[in-house]
Amino acid sequence: MSERLPKPKSLWEYANPRRFMAFSGFLLPFVAVGTVATLAIGLIWGFFFTPDDYRQGSTVKIIYIHVPSAMIAINAWLMMLVASLIWLIRRHHVSALAAKAAAPVGAAMTLIALATGAIWGQPMWGTWWAWDPRLTSFLVLFLFYLGYMALWTAIENDDTAAELTSVLCIVGSVFAVLSRYALHFWNQGLHQGSSVLRAGAVTGTDTEEKVSNVFFYPLMLSMIGFAGFFVLLILIRTRTEVRARRIRALQARERMA
Amino acid sequence: MIALLKRDLALSVRAGGGFGLALAFFLIVVTLTPFAVGPNSATLSTIAAGILWLGALLSCLLSLDRILALDYEDGALELLATAPIPMEGVASIKALAHWLTTGLPLTLAAPAFGVLLNLPPEGFLWMTISLAVGTPALSVVGTFGAALTVGLKRGGLLLSLIVLPLYVPTLIFGAEVARRGAEGMAFQTPLALLAGITLATVALLPFASAAAIRINLR
Amino acid sequence: MMPDLGKYAAEVLSAYAVTIVLMVVLLVISLRQSAKTKAALRVIEAARQAKKAGGQETNG
Repeated sequence: MSERLPKPKSLWEYANPRRFMAFSGFLLPFVAVGTVATLAIGLIWGFFFTPDDYRQGSTVKIIYIHVPSAMIAINAWLMMLVASLIWLIRRHHVSALAAKAAAPVGAAMTLIALATGAIWGQPMWGTWWAWDPRLTSFLVLFLFYLGYMALWTAIENDDTAAELTSVLCIVGSVFAVLSRYALHFWNQGLHQGSSVLRAGAVTGTDTEEKVSNVFFYPLMLSMIGFAGFFVLLILIRTRTEVRARRIRALQARERMA
Repeated sequence: MIALLKRDLALSVRAGGGFGLALAFFLIVVTLTPFAVGPNSATLSTIAAGILWLGALLSCLLSLDRILALDYEDGALELLATAPIPMEGVASIKALAHWLTTGLPLTLAAPAFGVLLNLPPEGFLWMTISLAVGTPALSVVGTFGAALTVGLKRGGLLLSLIVLPLYVPTLIFGAEVARRGAEGMAFQTPLALLAGITLATVALLPFASAAAIRINLR
Repeated sequence: MMPDLGKYAAEVLSAYAVTIVLMVVLLVISLRQSAKTKAALRVIEAARQAKKAGGQETNG
């Protein structure tokens, strides 16, 4: 199939599976190279060429993997939410498949955030685990990912699975937000104050504790690198899902012939 | 709709309907707790409110797949879909029936179980109230989970995996009300938030449940 | 080459190790699944082409 597809008139045309495969196939090598480059530079710079924090010692180097993974863990779910909405409203199969593809990546990132957070927390707070609201909400987020992935696996019919998992994702998102507030109510937690970083500290909007520039740039690069890794995996995995769906469609056609 | 409610209630009270099961399970959880944490009254006193909430929550979970699965299997759910009641109404009635046969009895039994767990005397009133306010949310959220998994043969464990994270806000605020009531602290905020969650889920979640049922009936 | 990580060496290294391992595993699994489906799709499409060609021969 080497006919040139006509130039798309709108972004929505990329939802067409064939066009999606063509476009994603084209993007893939660039994303791969970009991801490897930014990740490598960011992490190597951060690991080898930044000083220790006077309070946290060398553990501050964990920031380059903990913060980006946490960011992706949350954004992956947001992407799944948007993709689920697009599926329910505009019926683009690629969208539903992209959400399915994103879930394991988000779950893995949540695990990384939890593990690196616990490892960082041990020397800083004196404990591997604390029921701090932010840690706990990541644990709950992990459970949401598991439930979502389990539902996809349990349902045989592709379209039914896509529908039900998108409904779950949307309802789950509402409850995830509710849980976040409930958890902050439940326990004020360790993440606050002078202990570890907050989002404000990273962006500098928090004047009390700001991540100094020397950490900031490699952190930014790592975050971009992790984001690139996420996009890369989404592209690879969605392409697999699209192909798998085509296989099932062809098999169904065979059986009926 | 009343007819549907009466039918569901009658079905669950009949032999094999599982009416007493939730209560029995609640009793078992309460009985097992001291075996797990030791019989020290002071310890039990501290955790009583939380254990009662956890026990009620897990007991609710037990009867969830019965809400819809039986009707799905014998085709009654499809008939209901064509009935003049909207599917949202069906979902709400199912949740109500579940609450009347599970959440409500658990709430009424809780004070008795509180005695077993050495719940401080000041705690009884607010613990019961917190359960009364919170268990309807458990039924409605549970119905949503049941709607998602109704087509599955052995969806029980998956149902729990999906529903339990959704129970977190209700559990946190409900148990908080019970705890604060027991310690004599101000409980208005968590109570208001608990009530808010219950009202919102009762009003809105049936739409999602109905959507899920319709999807599964296709 | 390794910077002096001081007393937190174990923590920092294990954190990086966990992260890298999980990311690599995720990538490898995704690539393997991709290769498998690509191959399976090729097989099915080839079978379809063969059938079509066979069909055309008997029709023509």
